[in-house]
Amino acid sequence: MEDVQYKMMLCDGVSCIHNQSKELQSAIESELDKSGIRDAVSIHLSGCLGMCNKGPILIVNPGYTIYGGVGSEDVPEIVQSHLVEGKPVARLVIEEDHLYNRFFRIFGDVDFFGKQMRITLRNCGVIDPENIDDYLSVRGYEALAKVLCDMTPEQVVAEVKKSGLRGRGGAGFPTGLKWGFTAAQKADEKYVICNADEGDPGAFMDRSAIEGDPHTVIEGIIIGGYAVGATKGIVYIRAEYPLAIKRLEKAIEDAREHGFLGKDILGTDFSFDVEIRLGAGAFVCGEETALIHSIEGARGMPRPRPPYPSVSGLFGKPTLINNVETWANIPVIILDGGEWLSSIGTETSKGTKVFALAGKVHNTGLVEVPMGTTLREIVYDIGGGIPNGKKFKAVQTGGPSGGCLPEEYLDTQIDYESLAKAGSIMGSGGMIVIDEESCMVSLARFFIEFTQDESCGKCTPCREGTKRMLEILTRIVEGKGKAGDIEKLERLGSMIKKSSLCGLGQSAPNPVLSTIKNFREEYEEHIEQKKCRAGQCVALLSYVVNDECVGCGACKRICPTGAIEGTRKEKHLILDEKCIRCGQCYDVCKFEAINKV
Amino acid sequence: MAEEITISINTKEYKVASDQTIMQAADKLGFHIPRLCYHPKLSIEGACRVCIVQVEGMQNYVASCSYPISDGMKIHTNTQDLRRARRDIIELILDNHPLDCHTCERDANCELQRLAASMGIHARHFEGEKKHYEKDLSSDAVIRDPDKCILCGRCVRMCSEIQQVHNLTQAYRGFSTVVMPAYNMPMGESVCTACGQCINVCPTAAFLEKNYTQDLFEKLNDPDTVKVVQFAPSVRAAIGEAFGLAPGRNMEGELVASFRKLGFDYVFDTQFAADLTIMEEASEFLERFQNNGKLPMITSCSSAWMKCMEQFYPDLIDNISTCKSPMSMQGAITKSYFAKKIGVDPKKILSVAVMCCTAKKYEASRPELIVDGMRGVDIVVTTREIAWMIKSAGIDFLNIEHEEADHPLGMSSGAGAIFGATGGVMEAAIRTAYELYTGQTLVDIEIEDIRGLQGVKEGRLEIDGQEIRVAVAHGLGNANNLLETVRKDPTRYHFIEIMGCPGGCVGGGGQPYAQVNAIPLDDVALKKRAEALYDLDRSKTIRRSHENPDIQKLYKEFLQRPLSAVSHKYLHTHYKAKMPVGIVPKTERGSGV
Repeated sequence: MEDVQYKMMLCDGVSCIHNQSKELQSAIESELDKSGIRDAVSIHLSGCLGMCNKGPILIVNPGYTIYGGVGSEDVPEIVQSHLVEGKPVARLVIEEDHLYNRFFRIFGDVDFFGKQMRITLRNCGVIDPENIDDYLSVRGYEALAKVLCDMTPEQVVAEVKKSGLRGRGGAGFPTGLKWGFTAAQKADEKYVICNADEGDPGAFMDRSAIEGDPHTVIEGIIIGGYAVGATKGIVYIRAEYPLAIKRLEKAIEDAREHGFLGKDILGTDFSFDVEIRLGAGAFVCGEETALIHSIEGARGMPRPRPPYPSVSGLFGKPTLINNVETWANIPVIILDGGEWLSSIGTETSKGTKVFALAGKVHNTGLVEVPMGTTLREIVYDIGGGIPNGKKFKAVQTGGPSGGCLPEEYLDTQIDYESLAKAGSIMGSGGMIVIDEESCMVSLARFFIEFTQDESCGKCTPCREGTKRMLEILTRIVEGKGKAGDIEKLERLGSMIKKSSLCGLGQSAPNPVLSTIKNFREEYEEHIEQKKCRAGQCVALLSYVVNDECVGCGACKRICPTGAIEGTRKEKHLILDEKCIRCGQCYDVCKFEAINKV
Repeated sequence: MAEEITISINTKEYKVASDQTIMQAADKLGFHIPRLCYHPKLSIEGACRVCIVQVEGMQNYVASCSYPISDGMKIHTNTQDLRRARRDIIELILDNHPLDCHTCERDANCELQRLAASMGIHARHFEGEKKHYEKDLSSDAVIRDPDKCILCGRCVRMCSEIQQVHNLTQAYRGFSTVVMPAYNMPMGESVCTACGQCINVCPTAAFLEKNYTQDLFEKLNDPDTVKVVQFAPSVRAAIGEAFGLAPGRNMEGELVASFRKLGFDYVFDTQFAADLTIMEEASEFLERFQNNGKLPMITSCSSAWMKCMEQFYPDLIDNISTCKSPMSMQGAITKSYFAKKIGVDPKKILSVAVMCCTAKKYEASRPELIVDGMRGVDIVVTTREIAWMIKSAGIDFLNIEHEEADHPLGMSSGAGAIFGATGGVMEAAIRTAYELYTGQTLVDIEIEDIRGLQGVKEGRLEIDGQEIRVAVAHGLGNANNLLETVRKDPTRYHFIEIMGCPGGCVGGGGQPYAQVNAIPLDDVALKKRAEALYDLDRSKTIRRSHENPDIQKLYKEFLQRPLSAVSHKYLHTHYKAKMPVGIVPKTERGSGV
């Protein structure tokens, strides 16, 4: 491989595949063959870089040139200009490199990355996740070596404590404390679990972290095993993540071959191995006790705590269970020191947090920001604001367990306490931006439908209560809401929050309660005036023709139910009783002559 | 040792032992926190959330059944907010419940009904869709009605933890959650052993016995049949509870009189057949013991155990006594010896058994028990069913004049009576086996080692210089534990008694529901029922089965001797390994699994 002059990294994430990255790959390969420089260029598949809306992403090294939105038709130009003549194709370049710290050196000038700080995702999109040598070249497994050779388990726990790291799965329990509890237990066997059962709709932080850099997670798990005295690690990952599973399997195999896993790791007397357990995709299995039941082969249902898993977990043994993102922080804490990590962030929340930014925002994708970044910075500076000139309405964090925060909370800092105070939660990292065209009642209904569907069915408040909340919300969006419905939602919601068995139920009412708190008038409009200001609730919507109508007849032709009458060149009329609110007339009209009211 | 700590409940301080949950501590201090899914014999589920309490400093309510107390903990059990939350939780359960209380079999015996009454629910706020499933009527013994189920999970835990049958589980999620056998297999085809313990612990009517009372009332009015009834020992020890009496009253005289008032022509006692069982079983044991037969010999009286054994212990079939259960022996003798004696065509006899057991309904239908083309027992009703029939027929059960059972199948020794308590069959068998073997009478006939509610009990005795090691297990879970020992160490015991239900037949699946404020299958009640039977034994002059003159006469006139060809025809049966539908036999699964 000494002849290789260029190394191309092609993103292999779902979004990029969707944007034809596979076709791009074959186009590049055939173009290279054609130009006779096939041997001078190596092609690698990388994990997600996070710039999902710009895919497919292609990085050319050396030089860290990031190309975005590359089509097969662009390939001859890139090959000729960049690879043969050494001149990057400027019109496709997202930004060129500038050399200062590892991440900024690569991506620092890109707006999308300017306010980011990548710790857990530091290698994602940079290294070839299926090549352990790539990982080793970025100080991979150095933390493990340091831990095994220079540190006692107690020192490792102390270092994690010092970092101030808190659980990234959502609840934010101090990681070092959890490690300390598990380490303090006396038992013939202990387990370490990596919770990769990412279930929030639209969230893909954990999947991307594993797909982009599986070794970091594995290294973290081995260090955790050493710290608490476990010999067995389990990654519980949902079966819907085939690429992540494949890369994880490869990484485990490679790590075993290199002596990072197995008996007497790195010549020490510490032995540890990791196995993968696949989840069938039940949301509740992200809850630690349900997850443990699932691994044990039982139905994935939570049980009351205490006892916590650190005392009695998998098969009744002390068990340390952390989320993927938490694990990915560990090698960095060991190498750069807990003190360093604790220098990032706010008083109570240290380090960074990864978010899956989605919804009505220019730049959707995966972002990692230091704690303390404001919501505004994420939405506007990283996300690039709201597209199509629409108005910002709210940002939803924490997925089905979180809340919706309106404009006045945009300057809220990202940390566990501030988000909770504002009425939402950190959660595992879902972040959805909502514009004026979204109905908050429908949004709340969507989330409660999700949690009702995913409730394990064990405890009464969650099983029965969310069902009734869903029924009430359904009648509100269908225009059948009654006086008192909002109060019923509040009454049920607060009871479910306080009485449910596990985190799923305890947080299920959040989307409803927070939208009632911040957007009560929208609920009232739905119930009292039978009106949806966002125009999203079909049952509350009427289409009417305004005076802009020129009588072209386009709407009349497309209407599937014959609900539009009118003679040519005269203003048309929509018959409300025949109209099924499909909206086709609205879309087809070129004169903005149809209003939704 | 637990240290003493201070907690406060509703602002008053108390010193309590530290190793307790909030509920345990509160119970002892006289605060009865409402509860539903909790059962002291089952693992903590924490599902119903009815027992929530407020702990100062905690954001959410905690389930008092599972949350441990700690020093300085300030607990509130009855704040207005808490009462309202609890009330709403019960209301949510009611919203998804049929609310057909007046026509429900558990009306006035329903924990949900009582709980709802205590919550003061006077209006409904959240009504909406109700679940609806078809009733599962496939089993001869146990009906499953998911519409009534409130998903407390007691049946699931009973079936898997105490009985270790693992037939029931929750399936599906959210509002669609339902308790069912694996793959929604019909109860009749599932591994259900028909023990009926799910019925005993169900707070509502999601599980019921298959009810034969209407059928029986109709047949009792048929002038062309001879109506014969037998009743199990444990029925008399428990039926009083269905009439409001405290557990442990022997209601034999009232029962016999009531049977006659209901229209039965002959009232016999299953205790007679218990004596007969002992004659056969003790002889069978001695034959095996003396002739190097298959040991340990395991009893076969319990129908749930019979089905359990055929499914899960096919390797032990040769160890099982071939004796029919007392009920089936009584049925067979009724339709042969007795029919001949009164000169009636046995096909004209209606043979009814009143049992403490739901599985007897299953047993009665076993084709292996048919003799001369006839079932020995035509209808089985439970203690609960007969109590209802007595009430429904307007019989003044509590004040009725006592009557005695009929001859020749109505008289028993004390040994026959104790069959109903765990260890009783073994004790009765020893009394007779000793004498059959040594020719001498056993003086110390009360064998304390094998009495009581310990899960697995062991005993040793010497017969003519030879040591006999016996073991007793009650409840199928305890049986499982015992038999795992036997599989590993086949020579450890000579003789084993197994009863399918906790406590033996006194804790059967057909016994009266727990009384108001009592816990189903409470140990105290089980002990009192057993005590009633031991008292009955002590009150009898004849306490050894072989001394029962009617038994002696039966052998002389009909059966000749124990284990004779006639005995084998009428009193013995056989078993075969059963693979329930839906479960793949091990051999077909391949070696890898």
